[in-house]
Amino acid sequence: MLEEYCTYVLIVVAGFIATDFWRWLGVLAGNRLNEESEALNWVRAVATALVMAVTAKLIVFPTGVLADSPLWLRLAAAGIGFCIFLATGKKVAVGVIVPVAILVAGLFLLEA
Amino acid sequence: MSLEQRDERGSLRWFLTGMRGILSLPAIILMTSYVGFAAFAVQAGLTRSEAVAMTLGIWALPAQMILVGSMIGGANIAASFLAVTLSSIRMMPMVASIVPEMRTSKTPVWLLLFLSHFIAITSWVFASTRLRDVPREHRVAFFAGFGITLTSTNALIVGISYGIVSQFPPIVAGALFMLTPVYFISSIWASASQPVVRIAFVVGIVLGPILALVVPQFDVLLAGVGGGTCAYLIDRYRRHRQRAVEEGA
Repeated sequence: MLEEYCTYVLIVVAGFIATDFWRWLGVLAGNRLNEESEALNWVRAVATALVMAVTAKLIVFPTGVLADSPLWLRLAAAGIGFCIFLATGKKVAVGVIVPVAILVAGLFLLEA
Repeated sequence: MSLEQRDERGSLRWFLTGMRGILSLPAIILMTSYVGFAAFAVQAGLTRSEAVAMTLGIWALPAQMILVGSMIGGANIAASFLAVTLSSIRMMPMVASIVPEMRTSKTPVWLLLFLSHFIAITSWVFASTRLRDVPREHRVAFFAGFGITLTSTNALIVGISYGIVSQFPPIVAGALFMLTPVYFISSIWASASQPVVRIAFVVGIVLGPILALVVPQFDVLLAGVGGGTCAYLIDRYRRHRQRAVEEGA
């Protein structure tokens, strides 16, 4: 019983507060920014670079099943997919389906 | 009907429009990730309600994985807090970049504080690509509809799939895993109207994996703050030069 209770304290303190603390700071900081301000340009750049760093890491250092797949296949799937996406008028569906199709085809061929 | 009543009706409609975002591609991709989280939670020995509480309370998949990981490793509460909070610093610029676009001059701060809980990577991408098409006075309602629905649906999914789905077949799991990054890549690029966002996009993609090798603990943070600042300075230099050329001509 006590142990169960401890887990929830852990979730609240080391989970909820540890995460939402930064969200609240984000609200307080963002609330002072004007939509046309130079500072917002910088914050946008930081947020975008950060999200893209997380994204690139998912491809280069995946966890789970993709961890055993070759890096060149994942990079080729993402790279070729992105080029086709750019060449065909930037449709998000194309940018999602093409890389996944290349990856799946590659995984099949490597297994065979 | 008074103006105020009409406005409330409009907000409800936008809330429902936001809710419909649950059927969008990014929302569906995220749901498959949360099925994966439920399977991970079972393996780690969490109870069903603990896994659901974590999803509702933290609402950031990387932070949840880190917390579960440190629980398995038997880390104490201070060490767990540190590990989770380091991974969550990124929330601050993400939230700060959405807030000015979402609020009006009348939006109360408590409402923004409440809604910030629903901002994580998927809803950040959703908000930064779609908010601009929503009339400003209804943006808060629109985001609330999407964010609250997305979080509660995924909590439900964790609760339901807990113990049922052990694992997808490897190729399916691989394809599902790949969906997340390629969706972020194409949707963020397609919606990047400002050059500064495109520069930051490229800098972040290059720096992320490189810094992960050099400074694994602070890679994302450094790529964000350092890379974002570089992107901003490059863009500012570009704008100044453009202006100088225009003035000279």
